[in-house]
Amino acid sequence: MIKTDILIIGAGPTGLFTVFEAGLLKLKCHLIDGLPQPGGQLAELYPKKPIYDIPGYPEVSAGSLVDNLMEQIKPFQPGFTLGEKATHLKKLDNGNFVVTTDEGTEHEAPIVAIAGGLGSFEPRKPALENLDFYEKRGVHYMVKNPQDFKNKDVVIAGGGDSALDWSIVLSDIASSVTLIHRRSEFRGALESVDRVKDLKDVGKINLITPAEITALHGKEKLESLSIKKNDSDETFQLSTDHFIPLFGLSPKLGPIANWGLEIEKNAIKVDNSLDYQTNIPGIYAIGDVNTYPGKLKLILCGFHEATMMCQSAFKKINPNKKYVMKYTTVGGVTGFDGSKKEAPKAVVKSLD
Amino acid sequence: MDIQLKITDREGKLHKVEAPTDMALNLMEVMHMYEIAPEGTIGVCGGMAMCASCQCYVQSNHIKLPEMQMDEEAMLSEAFYVKDNSRLGCQIPIAEELDGLEVTLAPES
Repeated sequence: MIKTDILIIGAGPTGLFTVFEAGLLKLKCHLIDGLPQPGGQLAELYPKKPIYDIPGYPEVSAGSLVDNLMEQIKPFQPGFTLGEKATHLKKLDNGNFVVTTDEGTEHEAPIVAIAGGLGSFEPRKPALENLDFYEKRGVHYMVKNPQDFKNKDVVIAGGGDSALDWSIVLSDIASSVTLIHRRSEFRGALESVDRVKDLKDVGKINLITPAEITALHGKEKLESLSIKKNDSDETFQLSTDHFIPLFGLSPKLGPIANWGLEIEKNAIKVDNSLDYQTNIPGIYAIGDVNTYPGKLKLILCGFHEATMMCQSAFKKINPNKKYVMKYTTVGGVTGFDGSKKEAPKAVVKSLD
Repeated sequence: MDIQLKITDREGKLHKVEAPTDMALNLMEVMHMYEIAPEGTIGVCGGMAMCASCQCYVQSNHIKLPEMQMDEEAMLSEAFYVKDNSRLGCQIPIAEELDGLEVTLAPES
């Protein structure tokens, strides 16, 4: 059981900044996120796109903002459970909450801060008959361990970065890799596109474009696919052990919707007059995942909400402690790792 | 000036709406404004042509839409339920020439 003061669900910008504000109050944080890396949508959807409305940054790329936040919270040593989705919430007799992930990892904390953004990212599944049946029988929506595909025949479908990147990685591991895309053009980093072309030229990736997969076959497990060439209307079968459709991810509120929280318009209702607490005391919702009159889904609003929420959490955890807000310029930042950042002392010195 | 739009939602219900041309809106934002589809099921990526949740089928042939840019073309090549008349609402700015436009929102995927 992982124990912490504030359990944050969602490692996007709002969740990450919560660690900083909590750290100033000497509260420890642990974050859970379904994606394998921190940063939420910023890292997953548009790392290279610029953001222009972060105060103090005339322009910052989404990826750099995440890097900076990670740097800023480092002294507070946040824990991470990445690549696992928070699925269950339970309240203990001692008042603490236990949040369990889809992999069974348990986390206990007196405070839960849901910073889930748009929700958890679910794979977008192609409309193919019996697709569900073949899940875990040869169909995968993500590659968790590339070695699972050692010496297997693999078909990857999709036209974006992940389809390109996994084709490249698996071309060294699998016995064959076939990449299928509806069009001949791919949208991805230039070096990935070039690399796939090189691998195709040396026969390590079998490229079929423009084409679509139209059917899955196999009795117990996936054995072959029907592929339709879009330029000729010719359909043929290709035998394969695995099929990995990579058509992007679409966010869904997911299991959080069943935690007894008040939900409105796919978002969690909170008290915006005070501390962004939900209808369950001790559970807060901050950032894009919450809603209240006048809500704006902006990163800068998430930062504010995180700050207010941490103050409230402090009072809940330390009901008898008095707290006076201190400016970081005055008080500095003392990390849990022993590091201390503070304004350099002014000197009084004669210049004669 | 406001223009008239006819938007059919995912349940098949027709909405006749007015959209201002002077607020730098796009078609996705108008659909969002009128809650043509529930929050979280449209305009998910915020209008970056990265999710196709605002995909719609354009029914009025006589209205000239802005030409498709590379981002939109690439997204539609990966999206589901794509037809010849598919466009991403977020890539269509509301302008006077669009008066009378008729579209149907594509299914959620």
